[in-house]
Amino acid sequence: MTGSGATAPYLRIERLTKLFGNFAALKDISLEIFPGEFVCFLGPSGCGKTTLLRAIAGLDIQTSGRIFQGGKEVSNLPSSQRDFGIVFQSYALFPNLTVSANVGYGLVSRGMARVEIETRVNDLLRLVGLPESGRKYPAQLSGGQQQRVALARALALSPGMLLLDEPLSALDARVRAHLRVEIRRLHQRLAITTIMVTHDQEEALTMADRIVVMNHGVIEQVGTPTEVYRRPASAFVADFVGTTNFLPAIVAGPGHVRFGAINLACDLDVQFGPGKDVTLAIRPEDVVVRNIAPSTPNTFTARVAEIEFLGSFCRVGLAVNGGDPALLADFSINAVRDLGIAEGKEMPIALPPDRLRVFPRQSSLP
Amino acid sequence: MTATALPTPAVAPAARARIDRDDLLMRIGICVLIAWLIVTMALPLWTLLSKSFQNQHGEFIGLANYIRYFSTPALFQSVWNSLYVAITSTVIVLPLAFVYAYALTRSCMPLKGLFQALALIPILAPSLLPAISLIYLFGNQGFLKDLLLGGSIYGAGGIIVSQVFYCFPVALMILVAALSTADARLYEAADALGASKTRVFFTVTLPGAKYGVISAGFVVFTLVITDFGIAKVIGGRFNVLATDIYKQVIGQQNFEMGAVVGMILLIPAVVAFAADRIIQRRQVALLSARAVPLLPKPDTRRDTALFVLCAVIGGLIFGILAMSAWASVIMRWPYNLSLTLKNYAFGDFDTNGWDAYWNSVLMAAWTAVIGTVIVFAGAWLLEKSRGFAVGRGVAQLLAMLPMAVPGLVLGLAYIFFFNAKWNPLGFLYATLAILVINSVTHFYTVSHLTATTALKQMDPEFEAVSASLKVSLWRTFARVSVPVCLPAILDITIYLFVNAMTTVSAVIFLYSTDTKLASVTIVNMDEAGFTAAAAAMAMTIVATSAAVKIGHVLLTHRLERTTQAWRRR
Ligand SMILES: Nc1ncnc2c1ncn2[C@@H]1O[C@H](COP(=O)(O)OP(=O)(O)OP(=O)(O)O)[C@@H](O)[C@H]1O
Ligand SMILES: [Mg+2]
Repeated sequence: MTGSGATAPYLRIERLTKLFGNFAALKDISLEIFPGEFVCFLGPSGCGKTTLLRAIAGLDIQTSGRIFQGGKEVSNLPSSQRDFGIVFQSYALFPNLTVSANVGYGLVSRGMARVEIETRVNDLLRLVGLPESGRKYPAQLSGGQQQRVALARALALSPGMLLLDEPLSALDARVRAHLRVEIRRLHQRLAITTIMVTHDQEEALTMADRIVVMNHGVIEQVGTPTEVYRRPASAFVADFVGTTNFLPAIVAGPGHVRFGAINLACDLDVQFGPGKDVTLAIRPEDVVVRNIAPSTPNTFTARVAEIEFLGSFCRVGLAVNGGDPALLADFSINAVRDLGIAEGKEMPIALPPDRLRVFPRQSSLP
Repeated sequence: MTATALPTPAVAPAARARIDRDDLLMRIGICVLIAWLIVTMALPLWTLLSKSFQNQHGEFIGLANYIRYFSTPALFQSVWNSLYVAITSTVIVLPLAFVYAYALTRSCMPLKGLFQALALIPILAPSLLPAISLIYLFGNQGFLKDLLLGGSIYGAGGIIVSQVFYCFPVALMILVAALSTADARLYEAADALGASKTRVFFTVTLPGAKYGVISAGFVVFTLVITDFGIAKVIGGRFNVLATDIYKQVIGQQNFEMGAVVGMILLIPAVVAFAADRIIQRRQVALLSARAVPLLPKPDTRRDTALFVLCAVIGGLIFGILAMSAWASVIMRWPYNLSLTLKNYAFGDFDTNGWDAYWNSVLMAAWTAVIGTVIVFAGAWLLEKSRGFAVGRGVAQLLAMLPMAVPGLVLGLAYIFFFNAKWNPLGFLYATLAILVINSVTHFYTVSHLTATTALKQMDPEFEAVSASLKVSLWRTFARVSVPVCLPAILDITIYLFVNAMTTVSAVIFLYSTDTKLASVTIVNMDEAGFTAAAAAMAMTIVATSAAVKIGHVLLTHRLERTTQAWRRR
């Protein structure tokens, strides 16, 4: 699904900036989205996701920068002249119109024949799994059903692009998980270029072809869920997506850092000269405790300070360098049992060099 | 995987939203709205202002008129009289209305619906009605005159009592709204902490309703200081600003001095209005918390006490209305108390007879229809248009101003403006149209706020969805906005009708012999000594407003039933 270098992007955003007064909600954003891609804008509240989506839709036009859709520049076009379907967090269903009338709302002004409209509306309702609900009013439907109606309405005119602004955040957890799968399935079926805004990392990781991680009006990283998770481009991404240990360290030499008294090998960028303060990041599940041989790199002894039982695995707080617990590690129940891991136990662990990420030290992170 | 760091151009071009046809039409609509409000309000007020700086020959004489006003004690005294009456009435109305509102919202006393309806009666009546009733009760031939121990009802006392009656429902509605928004959690917390009832009242209830009380205070103050009818009928020799304007203009034909008094009357009204707006703005921030509605628990002692109090207040209100009703069907007060309908043969007392009544109905109906269309469409344009911040800001400001302009001042301003030789709109003078325009303008702000509130409650993304579906905004306006806001639209229509029907001050300067209105006839008949006929005319107005109001309630009820499938309750 993801674009290859050969295909032309469907949506191209070039140096987009949006100012609200003096406040820059978007700072010089550039991005390409390929035909049929499912892209998630992920980021904390207020980072500018909605602002970017609304600029793409032409609802709140950017202060500067250009947008190309389907090879055509749309930068200054009002939303009525752009080609997209949109679903809002509030659904924005017209309360006084039936579900059918809502879904057919855009078809009627197209001057389509009544029968044609009816067929199309029924098709759409079937598509979203609500074939029987045409005569009902939105208020008579559950939140999840309303969301599907909004989706059907957005798809009615077969738009070139589907925009979803936190479509699932108003729903309870179970419905949300279910709709996640359905939206994903719908997308695969229609192959429509889709952008979804969310602040829920799980949603983004499970649904997206690519994730655009945003923070403070800039893009921190663009990549597949695996890339974003495995190789976060910044400490912010590592922190925001999933759980990460941050360890303060100092560059010791090429490919080596010192974490307290411990010498660690890692993949070190040339930008980090010796003596530079850096932050190491490693996911708890990447901490190795089994099969440690003397030859295993980055091995050192740690003391189990606390154990938290989380069902299929245990989250263990490890104290290293004789201090407070500084490192969280996820060990399988098997490992805990086999190795007899218990509070107070001292044991060797390893931080695989290819799992260690090195970021410049920022004051906000440890 | 694609590299996403794009080669970026050296400069990012600034974007300029190209406006589509709908946007353009909306902007034109806003400009039309601005033009309308300027012509119907700003320009007349401007003419009034310039008139106050002119002599009888239209020459500019600077502050001379003002200097004369302030150096004539007889004129200047009215400022103090007006303030005295307004402040006293406010101080009396507030606690009464507060207790009444408290009983309606926070007690379990029986007959709440009846009490609510009773208290709202004065809204349906012209302000003259309580004054007429008081004259029957305590006037020179009143049967309760002895209760005054030789005092006279004509003067400040009569004005204040009538004003209390007249302003009570307005204060009540604001306070009911304020007390209804209580958060049950606060009371539970206070209970859990073992606070006494008195303590809870002073630490939770009163602070929660603080802004409502302040707002009600300002509104009542403004109503009293700008009201003309009551002071005219029962004021006697006690002059207030409102009657001074009337005397200067109608009595002495001294338009310039009338303009000066008008400008002076504008000051307290504008100050009260501005203060209220500032305080209201603060309130918004305070009320944003998600509150749990408070359900009052029965408390026999409290409920009984409140019931008795409400019965007394409600009884007095009903009594005052009943007095006028009775007086209107009495042969000859107080000598022959047999019943008759002769007082309703208005032709015997005033040359216009029943025509005045029909003029009123016609005027009120036009005001309701035209006003609703302008107000709702205007509010929708301001709420839903995008960009064009300057135009919207100006229109918003202009829409808020009429509230600060007393009806009498607006009426006077209309005389000057539509009578001016240079004005091409002069043909409107002395027509029913000018009365309609005046009323629409006079009652614009409250209607505008009602419409705005209703529109704000709609999902803000309806228009965005329509745009994405390539449906024009106008279609969404007709298909969605209007149906969803229909209850509010009806509220506006009825508000305009009832107020146009009962207003005196806004129209007293603007009627001609052909377009005389019922409320004006009351003033004339009272002046001519036909008090019973005046009471009869007042009762016809009450009956009409009441009929319309009842129709409204029934219609709203039906609407709720037919649309309950989609209206969330
Ligand atoms: N109309 C506006 N005027 C001023 N500031 C605005 C406006 N709209 C958004 N902002 C600001 O721009 C920033 C980005 O807002 P945006 O709505 O895009 O955030 P978001 O990432 O969608 O957040 P959330 O997850 O809370 O929806 C926020 O700091 C917000 O306060
Ligand atoms: Mg958002």
